[in-house]
Formats: sequence, structure tokens, C-alpha cells
Amino acid sequence: MRLLLVLAFCFLSWPAHAALNVFACEPEWASLAQELGGDKVAVTSATTAFQDPHHIEARPSLIARMRNAELVVCSGSELEVGWLPLLFTQSGNARVQPGSPGYLEASRYVVRLEVPGVVDRSMGDVHPGGNPHIHTDPRNIAKVAAVLAERLAQLDGVNAAIYRSRAESFNKRWQDAMRRWEQQAAPLKDMPIIQHHKGFTYLIQWLGLREVGTLEPRPGIPPSTSHLAELVQQMKRAPAKRILYSSYDDPKAAAFLSQRTGVPSVMLPFTVGGSDRAKDLFGYFDDLVARLLGAQP
Amino acid sequence: MFRPVWCAVALATASVQHGYAQSQPDAALREDVKALQQRVQDLERQAQSSARPAAESAFNPAISVILQGTAARSSQNPDDYQISGFAPSGGEVAPARRGFSLGESELVFAANVDHLFRAQLVASLTPEDEVEVEEAFFQTLRVGGGFTLKGGRFLSAIGYQNPIHQHAWDFQDAPLAYKAFLGGRWNDDGVQLKWVAPTDLLVELGTEFGRGRTFPATDPNRNGAGAWSLFGHLGGDIGDGTAWRAGLSYLDTSPRERSFEDAGVMQSFTGRSRLWIADFVLKWAPNGNATSTNFKLQGEYFRRSESGDLAFGTTTGDYSSRQSGWYLQSVYQFMPRWRLGYRYDRLDHGTVSNGLGLTAADAPLLLTEHNPTRNTLMVDWTASEFSRVRLQLAADKSRAGVTDNQVLLQYILSLGAHGAHTF
Repeated sequence: MRLLLVLAFCFLSWPAHAALNVFACEPEWASLAQELGGDKVAVTSATTAFQDPHHIEARPSLIARMRNAELVVCSGSELEVGWLPLLFTQSGNARVQPGSPGYLEASRYVVRLEVPGVVDRSMGDVHPGGNPHIHTDPRNIAKVAAVLAERLAQLDGVNAAIYRSRAESFNKRWQDAMRRWEQQAAPLKDMPIIQHHKGFTYLIQWLGLREVGTLEPRPGIPPSTSHLAELVQQMKRAPAKRILYSSYDDPKAAAFLSQRTGVPSVMLPFTVGGSDRAKDLFGYFDDLVARLLGAQP
Repeated sequence: MFRPVWCAVALATASVQHGYAQSQPDAALREDVKALQQRVQDLERQAQSSARPAAESAFNPAISVILQGTAARSSQNPDDYQISGFAPSGGEVAPARRGFSLGESELVFAANVDHLFRAQLVASLTPEDEVEVEEAFFQTLRVGGGFTLKGGRFLSAIGYQNPIHQHAWDFQDAPLAYKAFLGGRWNDDGVQLKWVAPTDLLVELGTEFGRGRTFPATDPNRNGAGAWSLFGHLGGDIGDGTAWRAGLSYLDTSPRERSFEDAGVMQSFTGRSRLWIADFVLKWAPNGNATSTNFKLQGEYFRRSESGDLAFGTTTGDYSSRQSGWYLQSVYQFMPRWRLGYRYDRLDHGTVSNGLGLTAADAPLLLTEHNPTRNTLMVDWTASEFSRVRLQLAADKSRAGVTDNQVLLQYILSLGAHGAHTF
């Protein structure tokens, strides 16, 4: 009897005609879905800017949220390979299984960088599909926005016109913002930088920076003292101008190298929510550009 | 391969257009260049996606191989291992063999069968040169409504540790309660139906019907199910940093002539065996980022009652028992790559009564009033997600009146596809 009551409660608490439930693997897609969906969507993000999206567990709250999702938006390119497949198989949600309209893999709609010709685990945690951190280039955000808006319109036909008009408005504001960021960041062109993980490769390509090294000896392998010593030597010969690390990286390695070389280390929010200013996608790129410029010695 | 060609074509077109466009306003020119850039990028993307393997091998299942091995020392002979005061479970419950030995090597194949089913095979190659099917099951992908049906042989969802593969455990061996009450683990042949409630808090309910292949059952060779179970889980988050899950499970089996020899006399039990398991796990990491440091606390309580007939040699009489056991363990990753863990195990002999007037002198294994305990300490080093080396120390009082001091060094390597581990 008590079980029946619990079950009845569960069904009653399930809203009948509520907003479209969007489950985003990463905060950038949650923010984008919010921009495009407004009050027609209820968005949740599986991770925060302070968590390494490679190393998340398929924890109970994620299974519960996946259970109710009507659209799942993830970066893909094997970024979520350690946890997302479990959420699909454990949530019993038929609407969002890969291959259905309820699943959108953002990296499929952009040109991926660093697609390896050969993969081997001795190279570290390389992704056969290419570098998955596509969201650090705003041009990619624009492309995914177009696909996402169409997908929202497809899944929630009643509000299709709203999604399309919001997408148009977003795109206009986004193109203006991109022009502004590109102008602001013009002095950064050709600047040699070192990054912690290959997390900002797309940003580096967009702004024309030059990556001359990474703190991780191999992707996904934590920085070692011997590798950092090599970087110190390398920077004596060819100094970099910035050492970049993200909001979820341990700042120690960047601080160590910065101290040894006098090159400023800069924390960049990994995604939306990674700093006070990065409240949404616009704020995120405002902050990225400002932080890259601000560290000028 | 095609990319350079496309780029060249696009660039050539762009320069030709540029020639034509000199008299046009700058804005129109910019639009043209933009359109071309877009086209180049689209073509690049097409080239990238068509670079994927197109042959039959593109549909190969995800394959991974787990290799393990140990080097162990123990003050007691692992071949004589027994848990005094508890009916032997017949499973592989003895501590690691002395000296160097290969652990179980696992072969894992997993893939979507089609749009409706996913299937997985876990075959284990034992150091005794045998192949065992640990799991071979299908599960549905699109029943919907939170329902999933699983069928075949699979690690049952009862308890917390039971559905976790041995290579993903935090200690090399199973808790004593698993050894005494389930023979190490419960992986029956059968079906499982599971439902996830549409709530923000995880509410998961399920039931399993199986053949009753191994201890505590005895493979009844009859139509219908020889074992069934119920399980329920609740789980959620506390802030960004903490995740938890609690569960309650019940396993019901009806063993027939479950026999073993003790002190030269054959004993066998026929009746009903009921097992309750209460479990919880809590995981914490700063901001939920487990990369540098994290903490895990897990515990399970087992309670079993059995009633029926005990055949002792040529005589038969009533038998009933109520026994329990629990363990509590925690693992702390104090710096990247390094983890430290401690586990405390205890079994409670409880009450065991028989209508034959037998005493511990007649049936020492079953009737000795001994409460086994064990303390285990481990430290492990994880070079990457795919390799781990572990040192484990244990003081094991499974046998009445004897302490078995164990030291072992273990490696666990995982090759091939990136596996996904359950919470």
C-alpha cells in the first residue's frame, strides 16, 4: 500500500504539459539551450565548469535527470565515454538513445581539430574523433546553435516559431559579439602560449595564438616534475607569453612554471560558470578575451 | 585526403571572385568571402566524416581486455580457507594463492545489437586454464517509461558491490559477507526488470527471476524460477560535491540437498533461504571534481535466515539459522594517482539450531560459535585510467582461533575500449 502511494505520488508529480526537458552534458550547451529555448525549456547540466568532463561518474542524480530528459545535448567525440553510455542504458529513456532525434552530439556539426591518424594508449587519452572541447571557438557555438534550434523546433513543434525567432536573434547578437571579441583580441595574434590540457585548442586556433607546449606530458596524464623541468628549459630558449590553465585544473603546475620562468599564468574559465563574469556564453567569451589581454606584463 | 584539394579549389575560386569583385562594394565582397569560408568548412567536415572506417570492421563491438596478477604471502594456507560457523558457499572465496599467480583475465565485448537491444559478453579466463562466462546478457534500449529488461547471465543488482566487476573493486577480494552469503557474488541466469521513477531523486525498483544456479541455491532443475529477488535504490546529490545511494535488496532461494563434507560426515540442507541486504555508498570530491582528491564510504549489512531439513550422514532433522554480517570501507585519494583504503569486516554467527542434537564437536564448520572479523588496508597507484598497482595487507580471522596475515601486490591493466564504470 505504501509502495502504491509512493508510485502514485511519483506519477502525480510528473508535470503533463511542462517545458521541454533538456539534459546538457556540459554547461555551455545548457547555456545555449537556455538562450534558444527561453521559458519553453527546462535545462539541466550534468557537469560544472569546475569538473573535468572526462572524469564524471554515472551517479544516481544523473540517471534520474536522464530519465526525464526529452533532449540530450553533449559534446561527443568520446569526451563523455566514461559515463554517458551508462546513463543511456540505466535510465530506461527511449526518447534520447543515440540515433534518435532526442540526442544531439555537438562535435558532429563542426570541423574537429587534432583528429589523430593513429591512436594508441601510449599517446595518453587521445580521442579518435578529434579534440572534443569545441566550445572554446565561438564560431562553433554559432553552428551548433543553428542545429540545436532546429532540433528544439522538431521536438516541440508547437513552439517551433519561437525557437526559430530566438535563434535568429541569438545569431545576430552572437555575430556582433564575435566581431567585437576578434577586434579586442587582435593584439594576441601569434602569441606563443602554453596550456595545461588541450582544452583551449579551438580558442587558440580562433584567435591565432600559437601553442608551444602543454603542462600535461600526454593528454589526460597529470603534469610530472620531469616534464615541467623540460618546459622550463624549453622556455629559456623560446619563451611563451602565457601559461593557460582552466577552472577545473589543479593550478599548482601552472604556478610552478610561472614562478620558474616569470611568465604569467592565467586561469581561464573552462566553460560557462567558471568565473563570476562567465554567467552565460556572452559573458564567457568576454571573460576569456579579457583574461588573455589582462595578463599583459 | 580530399581536404587539400577542396581547399585549393576554394582558394582558387575565391581569388577569381576577388578579381571580379573589385568594382563592387566591400560589404558584398566580404559576404562572398564569408560564404566561401562556410563552404570550405562544410566540405572539410564532410571529408572528416567520410574518413571514418567504412568496412565491415566498423561494426566490431567495443572490445576490452582486463589483465590481473598477484604476488601474495599469507601465514595460513589459502587451500584450507574456511569461514568457521558458516555453511561453505562453494564459490571462489579463498584468499589469493601464495607466491606469484595470474588473476582472472577478462574479455569484454559490448555493442548495440540494433536499435532495440544492447548486449555484452564478459568471459573470464581463469589461471586454471578454464573459460567462465561471467556475464552474457542483452538489455532493452527503447522500452521507455523508465523500464529496462535484461536477460541472460548477469551480475545481479542486489547489494552495492555485487554488480561491480572484480577489477573495479577497491580491494582485491570480496567482503566476508559476500563470501559467506553469496559465494563471492550472485550472477544467475535469468531476467531482470527495472524501473526508474520520473523523479529528481533517483528511485529505482527492480526484480529478478533466475535459475538459482549457484550458492545459496542449488540449480533445482525444474520448470520455473529457482531464485527471485527484489531490489530498490534511492540516490541523489548533496551540493556539487557529494553523491549518495542507498539500497535494500531481498534474495529468495530454495536449495535442495545443498551438501558439503565436514569432519568426515556428509551434510546437506534442503529448505528455504532468505537474504536481506541493506547498502549505502557516499562519494565526495571538492566541487565534484574527483581528479585530484576524492573520498568514498561504503557499507553493507547482510541478514540471512534459512529453515528446512538438515541431513547429517544418514539421519535427518529440522534446521534453522539466522546469521548476519556487515562491512564498512572507505577509500581516500589523497593526491593525484594515490589512494588509501581501509575495510572492516564482521560476520555474526547468530543462532543456528537443529533437531538432531548436534553440537560444534559433531559439525564444527556449521556450529562453531565464531564471529569472523577481518581488517584490510590497501594503497594503490593509478598511472592512468587504464593501469593500477595495489598493495594490500589483511589480518583475517575467518577461521576460528587463527589469524591469517596476508600481504599481496596486485596489478590491474585494461586494454582496448574505454570502459564505463557504474557509480
